[in-house]
Amino acid sequence: MSIILDKVNYIYSPGTAYQVQALNDINLEIRDGQFIGVIGHTGSGKSTLIQHLNGLVKATSGNIYFNGEDIYAEDFDLKGLRTRVGLVFQYPEHQLFETTIFDDVCFGPKNQGLSKEKAGLRAFEALRSVGLSEEVYYHSPFELSGGQKRRVAIAGVLAMKPEVLILDEPTAGLDPAGRDEILRLLRELHRERGITVILVSHSMEDVADYVERIIVMNQGSVMLDDIPREVFLHYRELEAVGLAAPQVTYLMHELRERGLAVDTRATTLAEAKDTILKAFV
Amino acid sequence: MGIIKARQLVHEYIRRDEEGNVESISTALDHLNLDVEQGQFIAVLGHNGSGKSTLAKHINALLTPTEGTLWVDGLDVSDEENVMTVRENAGMVFQNPDNQIIASVVEEDVAFGPENIGVPTDEIWDRVEQSLRTVGMLKYRTYSPNKLSGGQKQRVAIAGVLAMQPKCIVLDEPTAMLDPTGRRDVIRTALELNREKGVTIILITHYMEEVVEADRVFVMDEGKLVMQGTPREIFSRVEELKHYRLGVPQMTLLADELRRAGLPLAGGIMTREELVEELAKLRA
Repeated sequence: MSIILDKVNYIYSPGTAYQVQALNDINLEIRDGQFIGVIGHTGSGKSTLIQHLNGLVKATSGNIYFNGEDIYAEDFDLKGLRTRVGLVFQYPEHQLFETTIFDDVCFGPKNQGLSKEKAGLRAFEALRSVGLSEEVYYHSPFELSGGQKRRVAIAGVLAMKPEVLILDEPTAGLDPAGRDEILRLLRELHRERGITVILVSHSMEDVADYVERIIVMNQGSVMLDDIPREVFLHYRELEAVGLAAPQVTYLMHELRERGLAVDTRATTLAEAKDTILKAFV
Repeated sequence: MGIIKARQLVHEYIRRDEEGNVESISTALDHLNLDVEQGQFIAVLGHNGSGKSTLAKHINALLTPTEGTLWVDGLDVSDEENVMTVRENAGMVFQNPDNQIIASVVEEDVAFGPENIGVPTDEIWDRVEQSLRTVGMLKYRTYSPNKLSGGQKQRVAIAGVLAMQPKCIVLDEPTAMLDPTGRRDVIRTALELNREKGVTIILITHYMEEVVEADRVFVMDEGKLVMQGTPREIFSRVEELKHYRLGVPQMTLLADELRRAGLPLAGGIMTREELVEELAKLRA
């Protein structure tokens, strides 16, 4: 089971003066159950890429296969794909609209054609899994804090039981505790339910801490695609395209320059601690 | 009196039903007292819903107090007559770079403010040029804003505020939507304005790393000021910060863990440079 992108190109406004090649010959395989980070500066093609994965945007050329099926084939169930690949947009709480939290989360499964009862069960399950306490289910979503609203929005997508969950900057604008809560929730969903999670983020620290694979986008192309410690070894190249490495990576290189025998591949706090302590033994 | 002074400041958001009856009242600012001196760089921390943005909107007279008083450069913001002057004195930059640019050419966007308050044309163009130069965006003056990155748009927004020649700029989570380069450029711009032009900066942020160069840090919770001090003082109070849903810079956390593991590092480490120096010292 996987999503395969084969020579995918996407051109905005083709044939006009505003023509922009947003995706350039993308070949990727998103394997089942991975936790992937997508990074890239503003305008690098990240958002265009993820909108292809659930068929929201159609490639100008190239093919996308979902579990082996060509999603552009005439008999392919594109509507079904949108629930199997759930997309949580930036600031999803701006899209909450129902009068109660519960109704808002029911909207997706109802739209899938589930009965009221079944949709309700799904909503309960989803709200529980994002850690919201039952006493607020029938409150207005607008009474919640920023972090809680965002969890309601994520629950709304989870209620459709997606196999793949894609989130565009899910922690932007949240306080540090709210950020940790959302990221831990994603880790849990990934570990316990085996959901494939694709996280678009501007925080190199978050990406280093949580994901197992990083896709770096630049000018519509995949610039790097590897495990975090390998990707961040290229920190100079990342800087050249408006990105950076986690703080820890820089720390490691600076300590090296000062003659400390630390492992420059460390990217997380725990790895940094280990290698620094070793250097002092 | 300092540039900003709040005494017993209260702001209540009142929700009414369709008939106009009060449905609920939530207190966003709760008898807040606060002093900011001209020329300071202040960072404001606090969890979502702690009242930071409500406070910011008072400084720009977008909101007025329910009770208590807020003075900006000695002027009471509750007094209608002061509102325009207060807005000239205190500029505001918001979170979303796409929501605050209105013109279709960068320099016209920056000119909008001064034009609105009747600055003579020649002077407007002087101000536009200076402001864009200060934020490092002069070479984009004839660009369309939608060709710019998020960080560049934010710097144009800052230039737009600068063109009003304010004494104070409030930045409400200006980097929340930016990539690493954009974030760095915006923070660097804010610091330069403060250090070189003496503009008072109030920076609201959720990124602890952006706070370390501030003169003072204010921590808000439930509409009150619950902690204040230098960044070093504030970040030494880890448990309290956690209680308020905040954190400390990653390097402070790492130094702390290393200390626990037995390395005799000095306290108060906040930046990478400091940690590198301390570790190098230990090794020597």
